[in-house]
Amino acid sequence: MQSVLRPAGPQASSIHGLWLLMLWTSAVVFVVVVGGVLLALARGTRRGAGETPTTPDSSLHRGIVISTVATTVVLIALLTASVWAGRGVASQRAEAAVSIAVTGHQWWWEFEYEDALPSRRVLTANELHLPTGRPVVVKVTSRDVIHSFWVPNLQGKRDLIPGMTTAIWLQAAQTGRFRGQCAEFCGLQHAHMAFDVVVEPEGQFEHWLDQQRAPAASPADGLASRGLEIFTTQRCGRCHTIRGTDAAGQAAPDLTHMASRLSLAAGTLPNSAPHRRAFVSDPQATKPGTQMPSNPFTDQDLAALTAYLDTLQ
Amino acid sequence: MSAPAALDVRHLPAGAFGSRSLMWWATMGVVLIEGTVFGLAIAAYFYLGMRAPAWPPDSVAAPDLRWGTINTAILIASLLPNELTRRAAERVDLGRVRWWLCASVLFGLAFNAVRALEFTALNVSWDRDSYGSIVWLLLGLHTTHIVTDFLDTAVLTALTFTGPIEEHRFVDVEENAVYWYFVVLAWLPIYGVIYWVPRLT
Amino acid sequence: MTIGHVVDGDWQELERSWADPSGWRRLTSSIDHKTIGRRYLITAFAFFLLGGVLAAVMRLQLARPGHPLVGPDLYNQIFTTHGTTMMFLFAVPVMQGLGIYFVPLMVGARSIAFPRLVAYSYWMFLFGGVFLYVSFLLNAGPDVGWFSYPPLAESLYSPSKRADVWAQLITFTEVASLAVAVSLITTAFKLRTPGMTLNRIPVFVWSQVVTSFMVIFAMPAVMLASTALILDRLVHTHFFDVEQAGDALLWQHLFWFFGHPEVYIIFIPGSGLVSTIVTTFSQRRMVGYLAVVLSLVSTAFMGFGLWVHHMFATGLPQLGESFFTAASMMIAIPTGIQIFCWIATMWSGRIRVQTPMLWILGFFGIFIAGGLTGVMLAAVPLNTQLHDTFFVVAHFHYVLIGGAVFPLFGAFYYWYPKIAGRPLGERLGRWVFGLLFTGFNLTFFPMHVLGLHGMPRRVYTYLPELGWGPLNVVASVGALLMAAGVVLFLVDVLALGSRATADAGANPWSAGTLEWATASPPPPGNFLHPPTAGGREPLWDNTPAQPVVTGLRTDIREVLVTHVLDAEPDHRQRFPDPSAWPLLTALATTALFVGSIFTPWAVVWGAIPVFVTLVGWFWPKSAGDAGTQPWPIRSRTLPRPGEAPAAGGVL
Repeated sequence: MQSVLRPAGPQASSIHGLWLLMLWTSAVVFVVVVGGVLLALARGTRRGAGETPTTPDSSLHRGIVISTVATTVVLIALLTASVWAGRGVASQRAEAAVSIAVTGHQWWWEFEYEDALPSRRVLTANELHLPTGRPVVVKVTSRDVIHSFWVPNLQGKRDLIPGMTTAIWLQAAQTGRFRGQCAEFCGLQHAHMAFDVVVEPEGQFEHWLDQQRAPAASPADGLASRGLEIFTTQRCGRCHTIRGTDAAGQAAPDLTHMASRLSLAAGTLPNSAPHRRAFVSDPQATKPGTQMPSNPFTDQDLAALTAYLDTLQ
Repeated sequence: MSAPAALDVRHLPAGAFGSRSLMWWATMGVVLIEGTVFGLAIAAYFYLGMRAPAWPPDSVAAPDLRWGTINTAILIASLLPNELTRRAAERVDLGRVRWWLCASVLFGLAFNAVRALEFTALNVSWDRDSYGSIVWLLLGLHTTHIVTDFLDTAVLTALTFTGPIEEHRFVDVEENAVYWYFVVLAWLPIYGVIYWVPRLT
Repeated sequence: MTIGHVVDGDWQELERSWADPSGWRRLTSSIDHKTIGRRYLITAFAFFLLGGVLAAVMRLQLARPGHPLVGPDLYNQIFTTHGTTMMFLFAVPVMQGLGIYFVPLMVGARSIAFPRLVAYSYWMFLFGGVFLYVSFLLNAGPDVGWFSYPPLAESLYSPSKRADVWAQLITFTEVASLAVAVSLITTAFKLRTPGMTLNRIPVFVWSQVVTSFMVIFAMPAVMLASTALILDRLVHTHFFDVEQAGDALLWQHLFWFFGHPEVYIIFIPGSGLVSTIVTTFSQRRMVGYLAVVLSLVSTAFMGFGLWVHHMFATGLPQLGESFFTAASMMIAIPTGIQIFCWIATMWSGRIRVQTPMLWILGFFGIFIAGGLTGVMLAAVPLNTQLHDTFFVVAHFHYVLIGGAVFPLFGAFYYWYPKIAGRPLGERLGRWVFGLLFTGFNLTFFPMHVLGLHGMPRRVYTYLPELGWGPLNVVASVGALLMAAGVVLFLVDVLALGSRATADAGANPWSAGTLEWATASPPPPGNFLHPPTAGGREPLWDNTPAQPVVTGLRTDIREVLVTHVLDAEPDHRQRFPDPSAWPLLTALATTALFVGSIFTPWAVVWGAIPVFVTLVGWFWPKSAGDAGTQPWPIRSRTLPRPGEAPAAGGVL
């Protein structure tokens, strides 16, 4: 689910085709050239001491010229293939594209599905949903250091550079779950800055967007209410946002629908209740150096808090 | 076995001027290195200018021309005693070398003093934005060169008075003069970039 | 110049004039290029071992997913220090060290040009490396990669001194490399023995000259960048700081403008070593000498036009990217030409596969594979997938270890008898080769696959479900084999090599170049009567009638300076005696550099001792000790440029 060799969209397929061409060409070139070395070695060692070499310099020069010309021809062909593939990758654009603004943070992903109507925008974190068969334009930038957005099954990577926004197009051709990972060294938890990509049919995708747009439901039972109280008194809202509550922090992932996600902490842990509990009480154990401080909750408080988080579907 | 033939070099001179001397090659090496540094710094100036929405940012006025232009004139004028020093060195004329080196030292004092005034008259501080940073870097890099060139020259001048003097010291004086040329000529594009480019954009 | 017969000169007097001082003064004051060259080689190799230990820790860490041995903070310091060590403290200095030792010998000179400058450069290299490792041991090792990208490297995200240590290490090593580059160019162009016209210069010397020019034009870029980074961090300039009109990409352009030529600075001397060994072990002159030399030069030029291929993932305009793809692919042509010339030389030679040649065969297999993955990476679409993955790690280790380290080991086995005067045995050398060749491929080949399977670089650990575990285990086992090979090499050199008693003789390989025309090891002053060059391989081409140079003084240090193009004798140059000023100046410079990462005032105060030591360096000793006449000698003049020497004048 995180591989260049299993393309799941037109851009990645284009690139995969180029890869195969270059792989086979390189294999042939390698065999030919190393074969030449070995042949030369065989000839040269067979010649005894005192024997004068029989190959005239002129035919050696001819061999060098021919090899050089062949090299040039092969390189020009590969250059052409590369430009061709590049244009193929770049050509997959369209009007009716899904437009997603990606902002990199140390060490999580902020995703905003854009829309002309502000009320229809969807802000989430660390998990992307994409519809099959529709072009997607991803506009990337960073809030802090340089990161890189990379979903190998779908497209090449694009660096997230603070102070500039660039656009990269991708498109998923088949449903499934894929994984993207930050591919530019960004500090202590660069290794744990990944995101899930869920590709689904158009209808399901729209349904997901609607779900994500809704604010968080108020907690139904007492334990979960106590959990929301703890969330508020511990001032988790200074960093996190939960729409529908007072929590409106921008420095950490939006948690409004965090329980619906596949993984936790930017692709680091599976998103199950025990992992939520472990991460919330001691994020430094999983992601040492992360910005979220460890919190010494009592067992009851922790149970209440995680009961509340469980409601954030 | 007979002894090999001999290519006897004992009658060759014990030194040479210009590109025949090893010191010239060292000087040229430094010229290439420092020239590359200046070239890259100027390229960085234009790169930052291209990337910024406005240049200079925040509609800062271009730097005042007075001290920069005066210093440019002093630097160019210093090429005269410099050239005369160089010629005197090539003639191995100690008296003239001493005289023109002293003149060069005086010019060096002058343009270093005026350079200090240039810094005070700059339109921005280095920590304001990238424009301030690159302007101070350009001016600072060049200043490092005029300071060290002045010190080199001063030490050489002292040596011509105290001795001991050997012929190859004259080669050192000649090559110091070549380096002085570089430092003055390298200033001209930097002057243009710092003082005139903001006026032209 | 008279051509008569040689009167047997005085070796003892030559050795007395040129010998290193004895005792501890040898350490502080030697300016002999062979002594400095040996120090460079040993020190660079020590850094290679340190860098290798760091790599071993990384391989142990990555051998299994999760449960890391070291946390991210230490891991980041480790991978940064590994890369920084290998690039700045091993690869470039070791190649320059070989140049310092062998270029003067190969051109028939008694010394390298500017020997005190070369001595200074060694101390700067050593002190810079010590500075880096002391910082690392004090938990202040740089931790943002050997390329140190802002904004991560800016003080906001890297508040400690770590990034400053890295930036200043750059300054140390670049000053050292630039000094050596100027010396090597001057040696190769001005100190050649008569008869060694441009088309008779050994390919190794050409490779060092070309490399030195690349150093001169490339290293200023990284020095400028690292200085700007220190300024941003120390005095709040805004070169790379996007808030105040700075630009993070400016760093990348400046760094890679240096960074791409840097890899050719490492590879081109390696290819010079290949040319040297192929020639000797094929027992015939290089086929296509002119093509090889022009290939070196064109590779160097083209190498400056490729740097953007390190930035294809940043989203630059497509047209610009295509230019850099084309250039990055076309540079394979001159390298290919060299390969074809080597094959042609072997094809028509009489090959002996002794240990040095074995390493060259290993070079062919590994470097060619690395070059091919380089062509793959030059293609923008493919690059956007493979950039910053382990595929790139595989690629550059294939080209650097294949293209530089293997020829280096070959050169070591080739030149050890000359440097030490004793032979190294064949048997252990073959085992070292076998372990390193096998270990290398086991370590790095799987990394191509790991990159294709999505494993990014610079990660201290990874999740088990990604399936990267098995290939990482293979890579780590390979690393153990490589380590075993290196240990065996140390045994071979330190234990066995030093016990060998046989005398290697002047020319055990029947080679053709002039370093083999003098004893092993070469005596102080190298040549009493330097042989002149009757062909490109003087020891093969010179007839018995080929003259040797006589008339150079032996009571003082004197070197013959010749003309650039045709190496006609021009003048005699007095060279300096041993001196401790280069060491003292290096100490003062070190204080300035280290101080200035803490306060900008260190530049001002630190400049004073530097000034004092430089004056001490250049101030002449008392009159008359130079052996030339003291002033006044108004009656004698040096010839002006273009003039013939004064008649009857003995200066």
